[in-house]
Amino acid sequence: MHLEEFAEGSSFLHRLDPRVKFLAIIPYVLVIAIMHGQLGPFAALLASTLLTAVARLDMRKLLSRLVTVNVFVFLLWVFIPFSYPGETIFQIGPLTATREGILYALSITLKTNAIVLATIAILGTSEVFSLAHALIHLKVPDKLVHLFFFFYRYMTVLHEEYSRLKNAMLIRCFKAGTNMHTYRTYAYLVGMLIVRSYERSQRIYQAMLCRGFQGRFPVASHFRLRKGDVVFGLSMAVVTVMLAII
Amino acid sequence: MHISEGVLSAPVLVTGALLAAGGIAVGLKKMDYEKIPEVAVLSSAFFVASLIHVPIGPSSVHLVLNGLLGVLLGWMAFPAILVALTLHAVLFQFGGLSSLGVNTVIMATPGVIAYYLFNLPIRKGNHLLSTLAGFGAGATGIALGAILVALSLISTGESFLGVAKLVLVAHLPVMVIEGIITGFCVIFLKKVKPEVLEVGK
Repeated sequence: MHLEEFAEGSSFLHRLDPRVKFLAIIPYVLVIAIMHGQLGPFAALLASTLLTAVARLDMRKLLSRLVTVNVFVFLLWVFIPFSYPGETIFQIGPLTATREGILYALSITLKTNAIVLATIAILGTSEVFSLAHALIHLKVPDKLVHLFFFFYRYMTVLHEEYSRLKNAMLIRCFKAGTNMHTYRTYAYLVGMLIVRSYERSQRIYQAMLCRGFQGRFPVASHFRLRKGDVVFGLSMAVVTVMLAII
Repeated sequence: MHISEGVLSAPVLVTGALLAAGGIAVGLKKMDYEKIPEVAVLSSAFFVASLIHVPIGPSSVHLVLNGLLGVLLGWMAFPAILVALTLHAVLFQFGGLSSLGVNTVIMATPGVIAYYLFNLPIRKGNHLLSTLAGFGAGATGIALGAILVALSLISTGESFLGVAKLVLVAHLPVMVIEGIITGFCVIFLKKVKPEVLEVGK
């Protein structure tokens, strides 16, 4: 399972301190999320596109990601223009599309894409474990960060277990269909995954006790704030304030 | 079952964040340090299980299993779902940072409710009662989740009414399938590893 699709690279954004990344992106995303109108979201989309350019991401992967995200947005375009009160633009049968409705749907589309692009460019370009490490520095409760750490660490392991179970099913000529046998089989597959994850978690805990776990993980690499981090943090702050004013 | 970024209004986002913070605080309190690996690796299993696509007629739906997760983890479903959604937000951008709170509430609240309604009958009941309670837990997880999605959309604006209705209707078949699968699954767990049903206490 290759998950960190955008984390490989050597751009300016890839090398930034993850602590600064969180401090920069959270206000940025929140300001965009609560925007109204079209001008602000459009400016935000431009800013986010600029960020993806700085991150020098693989365009094909980026576009395929955007397509998935926009499926829900497409659904909104089917409904919103016809149910928002306002000045009529055109009619299809009994449905009337309003100017305000179209503008509203456009606003949501711009906002969604602006936030998604920024998230990929800023957070997607760091390894998940270094993001988790940064969260500890940002005073997120340590239980929560440990939970996240184990969750992510063992996801790939459990995915391998899943592939093994699935192969075993396929070897025995399992064919999925709309019937009770299929549902029962999937239920047992899920059950087996849960059993294996539970047993593994017991072993993990025992291994932690053996190594004298004291509630902290020692890390080999530490964060160091560099000039680039400060410049990035400040420029993101300026952009965020400007977007908030628009 | 989560809402993308940029859709919901500020009051809905804030309410969601506050409710989620409350649920997470209770969940973290219940989760001692020794329970962290258990809860975490179970969450990984659920994350992987949500990749399973189950056929239904000519189409297919992917499993959500928030009812089952709730039955196993109780209040700890809140932090468990938060970490899964955070990963989604960072890696796949389904849902996202600003809607993290709302989406956590949408998925975890039905789980906690399913825990209180169905954990006891699943553990103590006979074969039939456990199966029915399992079905109830799975179906409740999806039904309440869909209702919460619809409510969040409608509170954002009246014009979301059409989408909200569609969400509710689209989740009806999912509800039945999740119910059936959860029903079979709890019986399996009861026979093979009854301890798992006690994790949430």
